[in-house]
Amino acid sequence: MKNVLGDKKSILILVGPALLVYTLVMLVPVFWSLGYTVFEGNAIVGFTFVGLDNFATMIGDTRVHDALWFTIRYAFVITIGQVLFGYALSLLYVFVLRRSSSIVRTLVFFPVVLPTVAVALMFQKMFEVAPQNGLVNELLNAVGIPSVDWFGSAGSAFLVIAVMDIWRSMGFYGVLLYAGLVDIPEETLESARLDGASGLKLVRHIVIPLSLPVLLSSIIFSINGTLKVFDSVLALTNGGPGTTTSPLTLYMFQTSFTYGEYGYGSTIALLLTILCLVVTVFIFRSSRRDLTKG
Amino acid sequence: MTTRHSRRRTLALVAGVGSAALLLAGCAGGGGGGGSSSPDEFSLLTNSENAELPAIFTALSEDACATENEALPFTSDSVPQTNLDQRLQLLAGQNALPVVYSAGNAPALTKTLDDSGNVLDFESTLTELDAIDNIEPAAISTIEALYGGFKVLPFEYNIEGIWYNKTIFADNGVEVPETWDDLVAAAGTFDDAGVTPFSASGEQGWPITRLLGNYIFRTLGPDALQKVTDGDAKLTDPEYVEAAQAVADLGAEGYFGQGVGSIDYDTATNQFLNGSAAMFYMGSWALSDFNDAERNQVGLDNIGFMPFPNVEGGEGDSSQIAANVGLPATFNAKTYDSKVGDWLGCIADNYGSEALASQGRVSGFKVNTPVDDLPALTQEVQERIATTEQAVLWFEALFSTKATTTSQTNAAQLVTGDITAEEFMELVQNDL
Repeated sequence: MKNVLGDKKSILILVGPALLVYTLVMLVPVFWSLGYTVFEGNAIVGFTFVGLDNFATMIGDTRVHDALWFTIRYAFVITIGQVLFGYALSLLYVFVLRRSSSIVRTLVFFPVVLPTVAVALMFQKMFEVAPQNGLVNELLNAVGIPSVDWFGSAGSAFLVIAVMDIWRSMGFYGVLLYAGLVDIPEETLESARLDGASGLKLVRHIVIPLSLPVLLSSIIFSINGTLKVFDSVLALTNGGPGTTTSPLTLYMFQTSFTYGEYGYGSTIALLLTILCLVVTVFIFRSSRRDLTKG
Repeated sequence: MTTRHSRRRTLALVAGVGSAALLLAGCAGGGGGGGSSSPDEFSLLTNSENAELPAIFTALSEDACATENEALPFTSDSVPQTNLDQRLQLLAGQNALPVVYSAGNAPALTKTLDDSGNVLDFESTLTELDAIDNIEPAAISTIEALYGGFKVLPFEYNIEGIWYNKTIFADNGVEVPETWDDLVAAAGTFDDAGVTPFSASGEQGWPITRLLGNYIFRTLGPDALQKVTDGDAKLTDPEYVEAAQAVADLGAEGYFGQGVGSIDYDTATNQFLNGSAAMFYMGSWALSDFNDAERNQVGLDNIGFMPFPNVEGGEGDSSQIAANVGLPATFNAKTYDSKVGDWLGCIADNYGSEALASQGRVSGFKVNTPVDDLPALTQEVQERIATTEQAVLWFEALFSTKATTTSQTNAAQLVTGDITAEEFMELVQNDL
């Protein structure tokens, strides 16, 4: 075994094909796009070199600032929602439902495997107000509250997006964190209970610290995903009303493929990449500190 | 921990990556040209909202153009209008545009496609095919004004105005408004009576910006938007903002009904055709929907047409009807060959009559086979076209793709009051 893995040539043969595919499919387009940031144009009219003009435009572009702010807000709210609800669900599975939790786990997990566009269309119909009231507005009318145009203003549209995405993914985080909670040794919990800890105190002082690694990795996973949200927002509101629910991904997509400005679109993509990088480095740094403290 | 050696290596790595990136982008950008090919299908790509172009082509393929269809069979595909520009750019970049395709939402995109050789020049091609007399001269001049040449085919020749429900007008004692103020007063009467005054699709956006554009033409004259495109005036000038404000005021009073931003094109049409709305600004392309007996629940005789009214003290007047060629289609210059030419000739000969007979559609093609029993509304539209001396375009006609998208995606917010008239005009002006 050591002979095989120690030999450079055999490593190359084993890793080579996968590395080639990865380079061609992932790395080459990334660098290609990086190159585009100093050009302007599109596939129809060709490209011209413009130096750092795209970066100068981006710094002054209010649409980019709005999109960046929306992306950060979205990532923040959805991550907290997903992880919080997921954690609450996992506590439910471990401490309340115990053995009968498997069917509930499966049912709550089900929305995760549904196509995002299908879920978005369903929520569009549920929250609609024209040409006829959707489910939510009917319920509001039944208790005497007038219908709300959910997709007509930025705040309520954001709320609908948040509800949709949290509902869809909390099952996933529930299962993920459940796996982490199950790892907590039963003896620790027993001894804590004997010492008089129960309910919330047990959770706060024993369960959370012991499940911190899996909680942290859930947060990292969630932030990375939510910073790059695209299909659920596109399918639900198309960035509307106007451009108030456009994350950076959607703005970059529109700039490149609707307005035909590949260079500027790549620049926005670079901004998003740097944002993801900064967030990831920040989280890794802080998580590493936690682990060494023990 | 970084020694000089490893720092030099990092530097070399960064330099290597950077130059590789530039090289890739630069080299790749230059290529990707050429390559005409003979198509094996007469492929059509339209916007999904236009159901009649594929229907008329299908009818032609079975009847008048059956031999051409044998040689080159007809197929069609569609894409939602909001994604059309995107799809065209992607296909053009891959040299995969179909034989016939709907031109971009903004004429600016068609000009771009033309500059890169994707658009057929119909002046020379139709002259070669000896079919150019089949096109109405009025249509050719509208096309040349918009596209800088005879680059698209006038499958529709439309006028725009306000279609109104005669019964609702009669029931509420409202006369056909001649001025904007009369129109607003009429809307107020309808609103009090519980009828939605205007049916408009906020999801599409352009039905609302049409009102804006027409108001500008009525107050400032037919060349008002040409001045903006040329840079002699700005949309943020007070006279232009006044138009946006007038439309915003309609929305503030609730004259568009609730949730206008979610109403799509079909829903807006249905709202008018089932009698829930009194007025519907639309082009005469909607006649094919009005002629559909199943869809039209108010009855064809119940629908009247009024041009967009005058604005008192304005330089334009209501005889300057908005006319356009709809969302036209064009041919791909790169896939043009003799079989496609046969199809084109057949279409030029027969489209006018087929469209009028089967869909009640008035097009820019001459009607070579006379059609009898035309519905009253269609005749009225034909008469108005014949008597129009000065036609105006629409709000985004001369704008770039970006400005067109900005204008159409923010129109609903203008009407719901989420952005002010000044903000709206500023957004569009910035993207011009």
